[in-house]
Amino acid sequence: MNTPAAPIPNAPFVPDTAFEEAEQGTSLWKDAWARLRKNKMAVFGAGTLVFMALFCLIGPFISPYTYDAQDLNQYAKPPSAQHWFGTDKLGRDQLTRIMYGGRISLAVGICATMVSLTIGVLWGAVAGYAGGKLDTVMMRIVDILYALPFTIFVILLMVFFGRNIILLFAAIGAVEWLTMARIVRGQVQSLRKMEFIEAAIALGLSRRRIILRHMIPNVLGPVMVYTTLTIPAVMLLEAFLSFLGLGVQPPMSSWGSMIKDGAEVMEEFWWMLILPGLFLSLTLFSLNFLGDGLRDALDPKASKD
Amino acid sequence: MPLLEVKNLKTWFHTRNGVVRAVDDVSFSIEKGETLGIVGESGSGKSVTCYSMMRLIPQPPGRIEGGTAIFDGTDLLNCSKAQLAAIRGRRVAMIFQDPMTSLNPYMRIEEQIIEPLLIHQMCDKAEARRRALEAMKNVGIPEPETRLRSFPHEFSGGMRQRVMIAMALITKPDLLIADEPTTALDVTVQAQILELIKKMQRELGTAVIFISHDLGTVAGFCDRVMVMYAGKVVETAKTDEIFYRPRHPYTRALQKSRPALQAKGAELYTIPGMPPDVSKPIQGCAFKTRCEFALESCKQAPMTLVETEPGHGTACPRVSGGELKL
Amino acid sequence: MLRFITFRLLQAIPVVFIVAAATFIMCRQIPGGPFDSEKPPPPEIKRQLESFYGLNKPLGQQTLDYLWSICPKKFMPHRLFLDANNDGRADFDLKAAFGSDFGPSFKSVRSVNETIADSFPVSFQLGAMALAIALLLGIPAGVAAALRPNSWVDYFASGISMLGVCVPTFVMGPILVLVFALNLRWFNASGWFDFKDQLLPSLTLGIAYAAYVARLTRGGMLEVLNQDFIRTARSKGASEGRVILKHALRGGLLPVISFLGPAAAGIITGSFVIETIFQVPGLGRHFVTSAFNRDYFLITGTVVFYAALVVLFNLAVDVVQVWLNPKLKFE
Repeated sequence: MNTPAAPIPNAPFVPDTAFEEAEQGTSLWKDAWARLRKNKMAVFGAGTLVFMALFCLIGPFISPYTYDAQDLNQYAKPPSAQHWFGTDKLGRDQLTRIMYGGRISLAVGICATMVSLTIGVLWGAVAGYAGGKLDTVMMRIVDILYALPFTIFVILLMVFFGRNIILLFAAIGAVEWLTMARIVRGQVQSLRKMEFIEAAIALGLSRRRIILRHMIPNVLGPVMVYTTLTIPAVMLLEAFLSFLGLGVQPPMSSWGSMIKDGAEVMEEFWWMLILPGLFLSLTLFSLNFLGDGLRDALDPKASKD
Repeated sequence: MPLLEVKNLKTWFHTRNGVVRAVDDVSFSIEKGETLGIVGESGSGKSVTCYSMMRLIPQPPGRIEGGTAIFDGTDLLNCSKAQLAAIRGRRVAMIFQDPMTSLNPYMRIEEQIIEPLLIHQMCDKAEARRRALEAMKNVGIPEPETRLRSFPHEFSGGMRQRVMIAMALITKPDLLIADEPTTALDVTVQAQILELIKKMQRELGTAVIFISHDLGTVAGFCDRVMVMYAGKVVETAKTDEIFYRPRHPYTRALQKSRPALQAKGAELYTIPGMPPDVSKPIQGCAFKTRCEFALESCKQAPMTLVETEPGHGTACPRVSGGELKL
Repeated sequence: MLRFITFRLLQAIPVVFIVAAATFIMCRQIPGGPFDSEKPPPPEIKRQLESFYGLNKPLGQQTLDYLWSICPKKFMPHRLFLDANNDGRADFDLKAAFGSDFGPSFKSVRSVNETIADSFPVSFQLGAMALAIALLLGIPAGVAAALRPNSWVDYFASGISMLGVCVPTFVMGPILVLVFALNLRWFNASGWFDFKDQLLPSLTLGIAYAAYVARLTRGGMLEVLNQDFIRTARSKGASEGRVILKHALRGGLLPVISFLGPAAAGIITGSFVIETIFQVPGLGRHFVTSAFNRDYFLITGTVVFYAALVVLFNLAVDVVQVWLNPKLKFE
């Protein structure tokens, strides 16, 4: 709080300390945005993601080839002027296939993350807000599930029931919700105890107003950070499943299944492995940098300086 | 020959918002066995002065820009790391404001207390343990045999501070720097800790630098007092002198501000205005905007300590020039 | 401490049994049975097969029988390491040691116990080496990065860590094979007999986790190094080495320790892919093929075994955490 200096009885001149510039209050978001912009890696990540999105969404319209056009004369050609990324064993243009594969991978990433988000936020918010026994039971379940290799069950599910892409979203999402639940519950719990909530209640604000205007904006930050960090984890899981033959089924192909095909023939046809691998890794890089940048931007105490 | 002589110490912090001149040309000295109190508001630079002497300030933003601190022949600010490490903990010890965060929560008390002895290879482990037990008894911790194996969070605030004192004094250092050791404690406990420090000092003959923002605490304890403001020393004198014959408007204002001295029912006296922003260079006297005796000339006058009587220095040019009588 | 361990064990046991029952029941729900794949046998033979394996009893009865069968009935863990059949390796006989019988396999003459005994030690070795690599690479890298934040050391270590996190094992693996096995011929691309075989698979699996460990160590150390008690340690005259090793590491490694639990689960699932790429004769491969083959007992056996392993490992990790962080004892 800056109160201007009271007039001093015998001081014959104006104070030289600067109360002239009133301090501009900055909201949490403006502050965070400024910090984020300064983080070069995060900006790089965001830029790369935009490029990827454009590449995968618009690319196929520009490309002279379609992703499933086979030309057996072009059996497994290395990158050339005609096919910038080479072709696969069925003569399909790899560049276009990577663009399509990107659409699938990104779509799975985002949809499965939404599943994770929904389950995790609901679970965490209920546990955090309710407190007491319900909270203890709910979080104990999370603890136990956290320890188990969930992926094993997903594999079983996919083997038994799943050539279904919806099931894929649900199953993958079901693996990653635990962390989100923990974070949301932690935030809600600490917010509940914080004094400004008590102040709001004392002022007579309705519960709904409290939740909407006070709690949600504060929970939103970490949720955003971890959503950005969950997408790459989910994409990795989808690629992993595809590698085992359990992910998306042909003729759809994600980067994961392209990597699987490429790994089988990598000795002779390296571009079929390296290029999809490169795109997947680059996307994961960008998402992770962006997520890290968001985390640093929103939590000034956890800074590296 | 003083035990410690600090000359022209400058410690600046290079932050994004400017260079914060936390300590700007500070000089003082302390004799063997003497108690010196350093008094000032938050941000006056009193803690940074002492951390600088031990080179404990974080060096990336902070930097010791200049000065010397001669401790028994060695310049603490410019000596090698090895020499410094040999002195730290062995001949100069520190206790800190918040005993909870200043003790390692992951280590047992015993391990932490015997550490200075082991680092400086003063005895073997068994002997160190014995001395730790004795030290715990000396600082008045009940059931020391069992408490030795405890962790810091199992103690109360006052007990933790006693542990810190035991830990600091176990090597019988020549100088103890106490950074506001009672600020974080309950009032009742404060008195006990002060008594303890006094007692230990008498027994060991240690010199003590006692940092505080509270004049009252310092009054009962220190031989000499140094008052700091905005990174500079504004007055230094024997305790009696500071209280009965202050020679700086700031010191006088500080005394006037003590609630205990105010008439009941009268409006409380506060020093008007705010401490200056030390990230911007200050022209002339730093106190001028809040001083009731300020004149135009104070905008240019440098804040150098001038002795008005032997052992009593003031940085107010009007007082040292004889113009102003407080 | 003993009470803590007992309490956690009591919690863990029902979890394992629930996992066993759930998996067992789930297996029965899937379309297609173990005898329906290649050439379906004539109905009478199929009925006889089902009766032989107990598949025609009511589901509840089957489940209970199975749970009883795998339930430990004795406790002689040393029998795991005997070599009764003199083949030069430890037996790992679960039936002799604990009295657990995981049932027969439909596709192989070897029972599930025997399959586990053959292939688990290999997987265990792979996992242990990967974990060792992860810790030996990750912790020093994280400490180095934390000591010089925002320097080139930091950026380099963080960059390499990011690489480990973002390049999937099934991309990294083939690339490493391409470079080191096929081109440079320093190591082998498959098999599991000697160190030359074992290095690439362990390294591939370990690098991803080394990356996480490095990031967690860096974060943990940075936070600890900012604490007041580090300043106290320095004021006592401790050398930088002592400050790091005796004071900072204890608190700084806590995030890594708690990560080890999920890391073990991850290493197990990661091993499926690694074993496939590098032709390692481990349990993971059996798991995947058994799932495709609808080999109920083998599926359930491997799942239960892994679950028990992970639960025990997590218990061990929690014990270590409590030991290292005294504040937890009081929660």
